[in-house]
Amino acid sequence: MRFKMSAVLGFAVTLGLVSFEARAQELKIGLMAEPSSIDPHFHLLTPNMSTLSHVYERLVHVAPDGALLPGLAESWKTINDTTWEFKLKAGVKWHDGKPFTADDVVFSILRAPNVPNSPASFASVVKGKTPTKIDDVTVHITTAQAFPLMAETMASLMIVSKAAGEGAKTEDYNSGKAAIGTGPYKFAEYVPGDKIVLTRNDAYHGKKALWDKLTFKPIKAAPARVAALLAGDVDVVEDVPTTDIEKLKKDGKVDLVQTVSRRLIYFHMDQSRDETPFVKGKDGAAIKNPFKDARVRMAMSKAINREAIVSRVMEGAAIPASQLMADQFPGTSKTLKPVAYDPEGAKKLLAEAGFPAGFKLTLHGPNGRYTNDVKIAEAVAQMLTRIGVETAVETLPPATFFSRASAGAAGNPEFSFILVGWSSDTGEVSGSLKPLLGSFNKDKGTGAANRARYSNPALDQMIASAEMIIDPKARNEALAKASEFAMQDTALLPSHYPVSTWGLKKGLKYPGRVDEYTNASDITR
Amino acid sequence: MTAYILRRLMQSGFVVLAMSLIVFFGVHVVGDPIYMLVNPQADQAEIEAAIKALGLDQPLWQQYGQFIWGALKGDLGRSFVFGESALKIILQRMPATVELALTAIIMAVVLGIPLGLYAGLKPKSFASKSIMAGSIVGFSLPTFWVGLMLIMVFAVILGWLPSTGRGATATYFGITSSLFTLDGLKHITLPALNLALLKVSLVTRLTRAGTLEAVHQDYMRFASDKGLSPRRIVGVHLLKNILIPVVTVLGLEFGNLVAFSVVTETIFAWPGMGKLLIGSIQSLDRPVIVAYLILIVLMFVVINLIVDVIYSLLDPRVRLKDKTA
Repeated sequence: MRFKMSAVLGFAVTLGLVSFEARAQELKIGLMAEPSSIDPHFHLLTPNMSTLSHVYERLVHVAPDGALLPGLAESWKTINDTTWEFKLKAGVKWHDGKPFTADDVVFSILRAPNVPNSPASFASVVKGKTPTKIDDVTVHITTAQAFPLMAETMASLMIVSKAAGEGAKTEDYNSGKAAIGTGPYKFAEYVPGDKIVLTRNDAYHGKKALWDKLTFKPIKAAPARVAALLAGDVDVVEDVPTTDIEKLKKDGKVDLVQTVSRRLIYFHMDQSRDETPFVKGKDGAAIKNPFKDARVRMAMSKAINREAIVSRVMEGAAIPASQLMADQFPGTSKTLKPVAYDPEGAKKLLAEAGFPAGFKLTLHGPNGRYTNDVKIAEAVAQMLTRIGVETAVETLPPATFFSRASAGAAGNPEFSFILVGWSSDTGEVSGSLKPLLGSFNKDKGTGAANRARYSNPALDQMIASAEMIIDPKARNEALAKASEFAMQDTALLPSHYPVSTWGLKKGLKYPGRVDEYTNASDITR
Repeated sequence: MTAYILRRLMQSGFVVLAMSLIVFFGVHVVGDPIYMLVNPQADQAEIEAAIKALGLDQPLWQQYGQFIWGALKGDLGRSFVFGESALKIILQRMPATVELALTAIIMAVVLGIPLGLYAGLKPKSFASKSIMAGSIVGFSLPTFWVGLMLIMVFAVILGWLPSTGRGATATYFGITSSLFTLDGLKHITLPALNLALLKVSLVTRLTRAGTLEAVHQDYMRFASDKGLSPRRIVGVHLLKNILIPVVTVLGLEFGNLVAFSVVTETIFAWPGMGKLLIGSIQSLDRPVIVAYLILIVLMFVVINLIVDVIYSLLDPRVRLKDKTA
């Protein structure tokens, strides 16, 4: 009772005191997922990278279309096959006023893989790279073997202040004590689950930020995110659900921005086991694994009506896929076209391969991991059934799906035919080819996400030699050749490249980013 | 009474222990969190390193043993996702949830009891029938849908109230709450209403049922023959007698609101424990799930105890002692 009284009293007192803050220069952003920390080396995860890139900067920045731009490094070049030289920008200051030097870069590269309790460590980014300070504005990074993707890789590592970060734990970043960056915005407040507030860094070394204050609000439920935009509670939202796109296009209060992402939605087919558990003959008897036959794989590909998936299921927010990434990205083939929808041709191929009557199949997929994943799985199951491959769909919660799909059967993939998605972190095709279609090999680190256990020594060879080419043009040509080779073998079934959709209050402009980040520095009035 | 409470607390200890065992092993059957946590680009060696770092390579009984040993020292484990103490993360989000639940319960009492009394005293009137019909609607509409409708009407179309999040907070008497600021009250109105709707219906129906039964009791007739004012009869004699079931239910419902207002918190992006729980389940953040459920068990134990104490205050016939004693 006493508490209630005090609440009422407090209420009465505050009613008289509250004043409204001017919000003219504030930008509020509705996020689809909350960053798990303010420590930029804690969790290698898109929401963290996207939000924290306002506070901390990287040696190399990424333009909205994926091109590399100078960040804290003014320029970079190879000195010899195994050494990269980064020339740092002079005169950059940390948020606490201290000067930025090569020591901070070396410190960051050494700190990144050693953050305690990190669930997704940055070890994968900095592994095998040794930083050396040459002078205050020069850093050399050496590797044991040629490493052409150094700049792309450094674009995902944030640089932290050595003075603030030495001995600092993740908790110290979350509390703001160590959250010192060089970026256009300074850390102001972090209330887990509620908001992250940043304020403008007036001493920024680049173009001064447009907004006085940024507030990031995680609003996980998609309809609520859209409602918050319509109600004016936030100015920008990411990941507008496809079902709302048509309606919002007609709404006079908001604008939509769409950009193709680096992501691919595809189907992986078990190609290692002689009998695969979720394929049965029409009579229910065990049969040999049909996916070992390239003709069957091609038949499955011809059976998928990609245009229909894009227009009906994705409501236009996708592009039919022909390979591992949309062909605007480096290393893709410009000649590959999506396999045309051809159910008759598919039936013919099945018959040629010795499956005139088709077979029974269970398609597994996650529910709620990718945009419209369940609907896509159901649509494709119907398409496959039309060519005689009687397909049942089983969708699982992502937590269960990915562990079973990766290591469900005694450490090996459990399913026969799965719907999955992939996004290349490096922004070019080797970041997809190697983990998805390289032979599963722990020592070489290839095929880590090859849940089909596709293995083709010729392709392995093509990827491995392309990876060593330093000249970007020659390298991309080699990767395009490898992509064409893999697609001719129908190593996997590409479905579509999702398009990311942002909603903005009328009057705001955003180019949309291929890396799916929501970056306030790109938002203008 | 002290002995009674002590004994109750000891029984509760066993309940918590059993609960921890069920939850801990249950959560481990569901799936493997490692693929939800690591960066999809991680190669095999990194995945193995992460499994080791999180202690997932140890046998289950060993993990449980370490958990219990830590729990005895007040450490309920470290969140996989946030890397901080699970207990700290939960407690950080508790005030937001408690103030939401409290507001909803107050709404339920303030609206539900008068409506129920009216419907019970004048059961034949049109207004009473409307109230009862309305309460059925309140029961049967899904919270999810009602929440979205509230947002559509009051935030998007009318623009009166904010649609999302918690408002500014202020600290009075050592309590930091968004209930103390106008901005905070504006933000809490819709989610609290969303939560309260079902509880209002519940309290209305309980009060009405109690009233219908009580008005025919001898003490009511006696009071009225004695010439007491109707106000006093209803306000004191009737109310006191029908409140026991209402208090019981409200106690448990309050616990439910604190523990599982997952849907409302998700729709309104309310930074409370419910949103944390659903997020933790989705990413299989085992330490947070286990710590959360253990805290909830503790909370229910305490709430039940408080309800029992309130009984004895409301009804002198109830004595707090063991049945066998």
